[in-house]
Order: sequence, then structure tokens, then C-alpha cells
Amino acid sequence: MSEQTVLAKTPLHAFHLSEGAKMSGFAGYDMPLSYEQGAIAEHHLCRTSAAIFDVSHMGQIELCDGTGSAKAILAQLETIIPANLIDLKAGRQRYGLFLNENGGILDDLMVANYGTHVRLVVNAACVEQDMAWISGHLTEMSITRLHRALIALQGPAAGAAFAALIPASAKMNFMDASSFNWNGVEIEATRSGYTGEDGFEISCPDAVAEDLVKALSAHDNVGFAGLIARDSLRLEAGLCLYGQDMDSSTSIVAASLGWAVPKIRRTGGARMGGFIGADRTLAECDAGAEFCRIGAVAPKGVPPRAGTEIFTSEKADTAIGRISSGMPGPSVGQPVTMLTLPHDIAVSDTPLFADVRGKRILLSRADMPFFPHRFHR
Amino acid sequence: MLKYTEDHEWISLDGDIATVGITDHAQDALGDIVFVELPDVGTAVTAGGDMATVESFKAASSVYAPLSGEIIEINDSLSDDPAQVNSEPLGAGWFVKIKLDDPSAADALMDEGAYKALIS
Repeated sequence: MSEQTVLAKTPLHAFHLSEGAKMSGFAGYDMPLSYEQGAIAEHHLCRTSAAIFDVSHMGQIELCDGTGSAKAILAQLETIIPANLIDLKAGRQRYGLFLNENGGILDDLMVANYGTHVRLVVNAACVEQDMAWISGHLTEMSITRLHRALIALQGPAAGAAFAALIPASAKMNFMDASSFNWNGVEIEATRSGYTGEDGFEISCPDAVAEDLVKALSAHDNVGFAGLIARDSLRLEAGLCLYGQDMDSSTSIVAASLGWAVPKIRRTGGARMGGFIGADRTLAECDAGAEFCRIGAVAPKGVPPRAGTEIFTSEKADTAIGRISSGMPGPSVGQPVTMLTLPHDIAVSDTPLFADVRGKRILLSRADMPFFPHRFHR
Repeated sequence: MLKYTEDHEWISLDGDIATVGITDHAQDALGDIVFVELPDVGTAVTAGGDMATVESFKAASSVYAPLSGEIIEINDSLSDDPAQVNSEPLGAGWFVKIKLDDPSAADALMDEGAYKALIS
């Protein structure tokens, strides 16, 4: 790592330091890895109560065409995202992906319809490339990167903690998006997140971010959690991390994200194709891909990590795939991994061994999510 | 008296036997420790060479042999309770005992004052 790299700071940077966070560079930002209680305790806090994550490093992009309606914007977005966005109602959010011409994944993102405009939340490391991609393909609208804090409140107590500040938020269901007034300040919230738990992602002006997290953390059993717990929570929830579990060389079907392409955009659908990367995406939705992403668990003990090679026997010389994410699973009770494998092997019962420092560890295929989703539907 | 390495291991010398672990600073930097992989008894280790692996919740890290010698004992209790490295890094969380090839080589390691200066 270069000592000269100047890391950006989120509006909560000083607050993290005051809370005793261990900080590290991530996607160009100096971010909290964990706080004094440690990442495992933060993971359990999120599963049993609620945890607050600073995700202000993520890109928030607003699309507005001045018509007072999001309709035309959503229609244009369908040319670069293979989702059903034309039917995305005001006050709702949906998952989507940007693809290159070859059907490789450029980023994954959330699209929220706020009625008069659209907001996207994209990965921190991709935001500049995404801004250029959007600007190059959408016309007659303003495309603005918002400089606002983004705070994720996640866990079974998230609903009560947020409703204590914003009573109207109690009416929101999973993937709803809404604007609220909090102490005279406009904030936006979606009932979503990336932990598998119920919760919210809350966008607010930088100046009120610290007041907001302090108000949320005043609720019983709500605490702070860093990026390490965020990683273990999303992995247990079976959720991909861009740049790790998939990248521009990975297709939607090879990433096992085919569920994100609805029937209406597939072969034979009313709005079939019509998006960049459609040729490969539709062909693979029909016929399958050479590779796929699956879940597997390891025996208690050594956790196989990202980059670990996979073999079909204890003696085999040639790796057939690799682990893209691997960590202990505190809520699962054993290490959890995501693997990219040839499709034929993935769906067979061929043994899978992870090679950890020369020792072969037998993995067991497991359905994802490893830990059940508990969204508020 | 404890001696320290720049790689954040400590040793406690008793004749030609060195008990080795990682420092409080090291365990704090690593965070929650979930697994420790120790060498077999009888393994010859070389100063500065790989000796053990510590798996924190986040990542795996190498632990290097502070001095050359032969592993004569390992802390088996870490397999059931690796978190002892977090709670008692200088005590119950020790890693291995090494019969040193040359106990005088320990003189070249840092004393507590020098190590504290290194990590401050």
C-alpha cells in the first residue's frame, strides 16, 4: 500500500475515531473495520438487535429530467440495466446490474423511484466509472453524484429504532423508498440493506450524520459495526460483493444472479433484451453458463479464505475453481464460502477440497443464504 | 524477562528453552482470533521463517520463528480456545516452546523499552 495515498473521509470519520474504531483504507476511504467490542460481537449485535454501519463511501447518484416524473428516466435505465424498471412504482426500490457489451458485470446497484426523480446506490470503487457509463448512455437528464452521508441500520431492532425517530417509517416494507423530514432536514430511507436482516439505508446531509447516528444508537441495544462484520453478515446472507465474487469478466448467469433478470426482459418476454450485454445474458439465461457461483461450508476450524483453490480430491494437481469469499460464519456456526466452479461440477456431487496452506479441507455444498433472510415484507 | 521481535512476537527464555507468543499489540491489531495453526513437535524452525498461522476473523497472518531451533512443545489448548490469544497473549495464549540452537542469539532481540518505542 502506498503511504502517499490520501484517503477520503466520510462525514462520520471523526466520530468513528472517538468511538475507538480501527480504521483502514477501503475503496479510497478511511473506513472503520471494527470498534472496541470486536467484529464478531458486532456481527451478533446485528443478528440479535441492531447495528449501525457507515456506508457513506458508497456512490449515491440522482437522476432528474425536470418533468416531475421518473417514468422516462426509468425507461432509459432499462437500456443499461436488465431489470423491470418501467413498472417500478414510486416509493419502491429494485436491484440491478450494469453490463458491458460482452455481458460482463460492471457494477451492481440499487434503483429507487422517488416519484419525481430516481436515485441509484452503487459500489464505492465503481462510482466514477458508473457516472461515466450513465452519462454516456442516458440523455436529457441531469446526473448528479450526491455528497450525502449514507447510514445502514440493520437488524431485528432496526424497525423500532428508526420508528422512534421517524414514526411514519413503520409503514415501510422491504424495498420501499421514502423521504422524511427529521428535525427540519430532508432525509431519504429505503427499507433494505446488505446483511440479510430487516433494516434501512438512510441518506442524510453530511451536517446531520453524527446527530442521526447518535439518535439511533440511543435506542436500547443498538450499536456500531464496521466493515468486517458487514462482510461476514453479507456472506452469510449469500450476497455478492462486487470486485470479489464477480467483476467485469463475470456474466450475470455465471455469478448465479439470473434471478435479477425478470421474465419480461428475457427471451420471449414483452420487453425482451434491449439492454447492453443482452446477447450473452439472454443466451445464458436460456442455455446456462459455463461457470456458476455456489455456496459451501467448511468444518469448524480453519476458515478457507478468498483466493483459496478448489480441487476434486486430496491428491488432484489441477484446481477446478476458487473461493471468491470465505470467512467464519458466526451465526451459521462454521466457516462459509462462495465458490466459482464449472457448472457441471457445481451441480454434481463431486467432492470439493479447499487447499489451505497445503492441507485439503473437504467442503460441503450448502444452499444460500447460509443464514435465512429476515426482511420485513 | 521478555524479548521482542519486529514482527510482534515475544519470547521468554528459560535456559535454552524459549516460550513464544504474539504481543498484546499484535493481538489487538488482529482482532478476534478464531484459529491458530501450530507446527508439529520436532519441527526445525529458522529465525524469521514461517512458524505458525493465526486466523483472525478477518484474515490469516503468518507468525515467524523469533530464533532458530526445534519445536519441543505446542499449546494444544489453543485448538479449543484460540481466543486465549486475545485475552492472555503473554500467558495462556502462548504458542510454542523452542529448544534454541544458540540461546545467546536472544541477546540481539529487543527489550521491552525498545519494543514499546517501536509500536508507539
